[in-house]
Amino acid sequence: MKVPLSWLREYVDIDLPPAELAHRLTMAGNEVGEIDVIGGTWDNVYVGQVVSVGPHPNADRLRLATVSLGNEEITVVCGAPNVAQGQRVAFAQVGASLIDSRTGETETLQAATIRGVVSAGMVCSERELGLGDDHSGIVVLPEDAPVGKPLAEYMGDVIFDIEVTPNRPDCLSVLGIAREVAAIIGKTVREPDLSYAEEGDPIESMVSVEIEDPALCPRYTASVIQGVKMGPSPRWMQDRLVKAGQRPISNVVDVTNYVMLEYGQPLHAFDYTTLKDGKIIVRPARDQEVFVTLDEVQRQLKPPMLVIADAERPVALAGVMGGLNTEMTENTTTVLLESANFDAINTRRTSQALRLRSESSSRFDKGLQPELAAIALRRATQLILQLAGGKACNGVVDAYPQPKERPAILFTLSRLTKVLGIEIPLERVDGILTSLGFSTSRQDGAALTVTTPYWRSDIAQEDDLVEEVARIIGYDNLPTAALSTPIPPYQPQPDRDLREHVKDMMVACGMQEVISYSLTSLTALEKTQATGDPIRPLKLTNPMSEEQEYLRTNLRSSILSTLAVNQRNVREGIKLFEMGRAYIPRPADLVLERPADLPLELETLVGVMAGPRWSESWLSSEETLDFFDAKGILEGFLGQLQIEFSFEPADDPLFLPGRCAAIVAGNSTLGVLGEVHPQTLEWFEIDTAPVALFELDMAALLQALPSGTSQYHQVPRYPGSYRDLALVLNLAVPAARVQGIIEKNPLVVRATLFDVYEGSGIATGMRSLAYRVLFQMPDRTLVGEEVGQALNEIVTELEQEVGASLRS
Amino acid sequence: MTTDNLLRNLEELQAKALDDLKASSSQEAVEQWRVAYMGRRGELTQVLRGLAPLAPEERRIVGAAANKVKALLEEGLAGAEDAIKSAALQAMAEQGRIDVTLPGRPVPLGRLHPTTQILREICAAFVSMGFQVVEGPEVEWDHYNFEMLNIPKDHPARDMWDTLWVDHVDEQGERPMLLRTHTSPMQIHTMENTEPPIRVLVPGKCYRYEATDATHESQFYQVEGLAVDEGITFADLKGTLYEFARLLFGADRKVRFRVDYFPFVEPGAEMAIDCFACKGEGVGCRVCKGTGWIEIMGAGMVNPKVLEGVGYDSSKYTGFAFGMGAERIAMLKYGIEDIRLFHNNDLRFLGQF
Repeated sequence: MKVPLSWLREYVDIDLPPAELAHRLTMAGNEVGEIDVIGGTWDNVYVGQVVSVGPHPNADRLRLATVSLGNEEITVVCGAPNVAQGQRVAFAQVGASLIDSRTGETETLQAATIRGVVSAGMVCSERELGLGDDHSGIVVLPEDAPVGKPLAEYMGDVIFDIEVTPNRPDCLSVLGIAREVAAIIGKTVREPDLSYAEEGDPIESMVSVEIEDPALCPRYTASVIQGVKMGPSPRWMQDRLVKAGQRPISNVVDVTNYVMLEYGQPLHAFDYTTLKDGKIIVRPARDQEVFVTLDEVQRQLKPPMLVIADAERPVALAGVMGGLNTEMTENTTTVLLESANFDAINTRRTSQALRLRSESSSRFDKGLQPELAAIALRRATQLILQLAGGKACNGVVDAYPQPKERPAILFTLSRLTKVLGIEIPLERVDGILTSLGFSTSRQDGAALTVTTPYWRSDIAQEDDLVEEVARIIGYDNLPTAALSTPIPPYQPQPDRDLREHVKDMMVACGMQEVISYSLTSLTALEKTQATGDPIRPLKLTNPMSEEQEYLRTNLRSSILSTLAVNQRNVREGIKLFEMGRAYIPRPADLVLERPADLPLELETLVGVMAGPRWSESWLSSEETLDFFDAKGILEGFLGQLQIEFSFEPADDPLFLPGRCAAIVAGNSTLGVLGEVHPQTLEWFEIDTAPVALFELDMAALLQALPSGTSQYHQVPRYPGSYRDLALVLNLAVPAARVQGIIEKNPLVVRATLFDVYEGSGIATGMRSLAYRVLFQMPDRTLVGEEVGQALNEIVTELEQEVGASLRS
Repeated sequence: MTTDNLLRNLEELQAKALDDLKASSSQEAVEQWRVAYMGRRGELTQVLRGLAPLAPEERRIVGAAANKVKALLEEGLAGAEDAIKSAALQAMAEQGRIDVTLPGRPVPLGRLHPTTQILREICAAFVSMGFQVVEGPEVEWDHYNFEMLNIPKDHPARDMWDTLWVDHVDEQGERPMLLRTHTSPMQIHTMENTEPPIRVLVPGKCYRYEATDATHESQFYQVEGLAVDEGITFADLKGTLYEFARLLFGADRKVRFRVDYFPFVEPGAEMAIDCFACKGEGVGCRVCKGTGWIEIMGAGMVNPKVLEGVGYDSSKYTGFAFGMGAERIAMLKYGIEDIRLFHNNDLRFLGQF
């Protein structure tokens, strides 16, 4: 809402500087965004009168204008085609700051010699003054402009751009802001006079109004003005409309806009003669009813969109926009002026469905009071009579089937103290509420009965009044305290704790955290789908783009995209992880017959790595990150969490066949690890291979955590013995199986695989695995014979179980 | 042999041995010297063995002298060994000198995303004031995201939250499922599941139907707070948020509260801190756009309608709620000018935090 200070001053005396006023309004709830100062730079610019215009001796296109400033006359060279004797003009003296019409830069005006004639001053165009874009000629001021007066004093202004919150449609009006200002700075508001002479025909003989559904139109008031003379509105009104962001159209239409800006009540003027039978019927639109609005767009309507109709057809879309068929023209002589109240929700739905928001609909959809309609009608009728002449019909139409009562609200000081933590005397509270237009009556020394003023639609309960008091006092003047109520008992959040812990461990493993969008494309999900039944991801009704149309069912595609983007910029190895949610629709979501449930939101850890293993360095070798780097990280952190886990060969189309493992703990699968399939890499435009990726289900991980706390085991007191065991076995035997067999022996503490070898000396299809085995007992030192015997047992078992033989 | 002879021999032995030792400059030479004089068949050992046939009186005299020589030689040996060791160390140091200015062996380090870092910082500040961190679903019902928060269907305030709707139609033909536009639905979940006292903090992802630019994102993190109990006032709200501002932005921070509107609070407020970049001076400051103040969160007393909606007695309980955008806090703190950087995941950006 743009509010010119000059207009505001019509209703309230303001003695604060504009910036201070803006600050006070902002603090009290009406945030002033921009402050536009018109004429703030007009030093040395005055109202002048063109005394004479004569030819330039050396140039055909230029003329010499002599301008009077009252006490002196100055002759300047002028190129404007419209300069004429007798005009009042904006005259800039040397030293004035003007906008250069070519460059747009602010320049200081200097005396110049133009084609041999000295010119010390300038008659200004709109653009040079920063008033607008027009540079086709000079600004011609009204004939009553006071010659010699500084232009800033004559037509300067300050325009506040106020962000009005949706609960305060009353502040979408200059008068509404004036009321706020008055309450804040302790002044009273001068309300406009609403009287006018009713000298025309009786209104009943002209118009009848019928409301079919009073729930959608609680009140409809109308007046008729006969014998108006259409024409432009006066300069003062045009000036105010322009400053408030409205385009002047004609005197009658301008009045409707002016009163809307003044009171916040939208109005509409019909050309009375175009209305069939002088009838106004407020009714829901018929299904598929067609109607052309003032913007010349044909609209298809349906109930319960509300229309204003005459005896035959719709003439306006109630509360949204008038119709082309009853538009005011320059030949209009009789005006039917509508000031009605329409239901907020229906207006909002209508304007949303038709994608047609107007100044009118954006006021009605916030909920206006029916009382406002009658007051604005009187004001607009009065102004039309004043500006367009004619006679107002005797009386007004006022269809108000169920007058709404303004409820009285009980206000208690005890509630105020309970909410604000401060005691305020009743007199002060009473004074504040009264200054805001509330009427109050004292109940006792600590309570008031409060009635809301007709323009406020946001006050419904006692705490709303508490806010009114608080905001006028100023929040910064209210007390500040530390919470002293009891702290609630602690509720453990093991899932969240684990997640944050895992993030820290990932970072410790050299992984960089990323956070990506939860929304993705169907294709990206299809390209990264794990095995199993295809999941139909949740789709948005109104996606921003095709790339963000579906809720992700995994985090694979986003992290691969992130890798793709970064590989172009980063030469080093890239190791990324994301902790985020995958959104898995419940099966019922696919069945429309019954209400579905919200999707499962699976907290997921995904990690990816590719590129050189070591940062580029004089010390490092050129090795590439691979499957076993990722696996090492998983083993490290799962071990740190004391989870018993294993990796088992698995299939998942994201990965290269044979290079994918499920991460298993007990009966549950925690996740998957593998080397991403080259086809997938190609689709993501990743040209660094291999890419290792792992994915962990955080809920499964939480389940797999050891239930109890760690228990102390005595540190070994007796020395252990190491033996090396080099085996030859079939390639198909998993190393984990061999290790399991070795470690099963009761004397073995652990076996470490230190060499894997295939090639010369080993038969094709076989490989050699070499383990360093630690034998140790907690209660005694093992003797050589025992160790040798255990080793033999192990070898025998390996022979029987997996066909291993000792490497010779 | 006479005692005198023996003593003279010892003297000569001593002189010769010490001379030889002086000439031994390597580890090997010293070892040879040790064997030659002090070894099992060494010269001094021979002398000592030769004492056995002597009369006790002579043995005492010669023995004492021999022991003296032995001690002298041992001392000499230790000295020679030390000298050789230190010479060797010195030689090693000479040869093994390294260029200590060469770069170290790289240890790749990961980092947390700046959003995670700021969320932890925000959470820690409120946890220190007795708040507990809880989380909620990102896909929500209209019921929780709007209706229970005093934003019924077709309420004009819905324009404050442009919503992404899930393509799911229920029996009534309505679309009740959406991506939460704020973390405020957790206010309702928390109150539905718990009796006062309540003091929770809710970090989480939120979504808006919003074209992205330097200051707007369609996905962002919010942190919501809620405290409900008997006797909580607006003064507590101010004090709590003031303390938060000091913890996060410095102890000398000033705060400002102005009136703002959110349907689920009454009175409603917006909190600003004095600009830490220009120290509140304002003029020409890019961080606060010349105002001297930076708005960081919305807040207010929980609207009695919201309390009644979850079955609380609003005449008994009062509470406050607040909410802030985590990225915005991070942008202010780290001087980041474009919110889109948070989801671009450019490592050159992420590596800065």
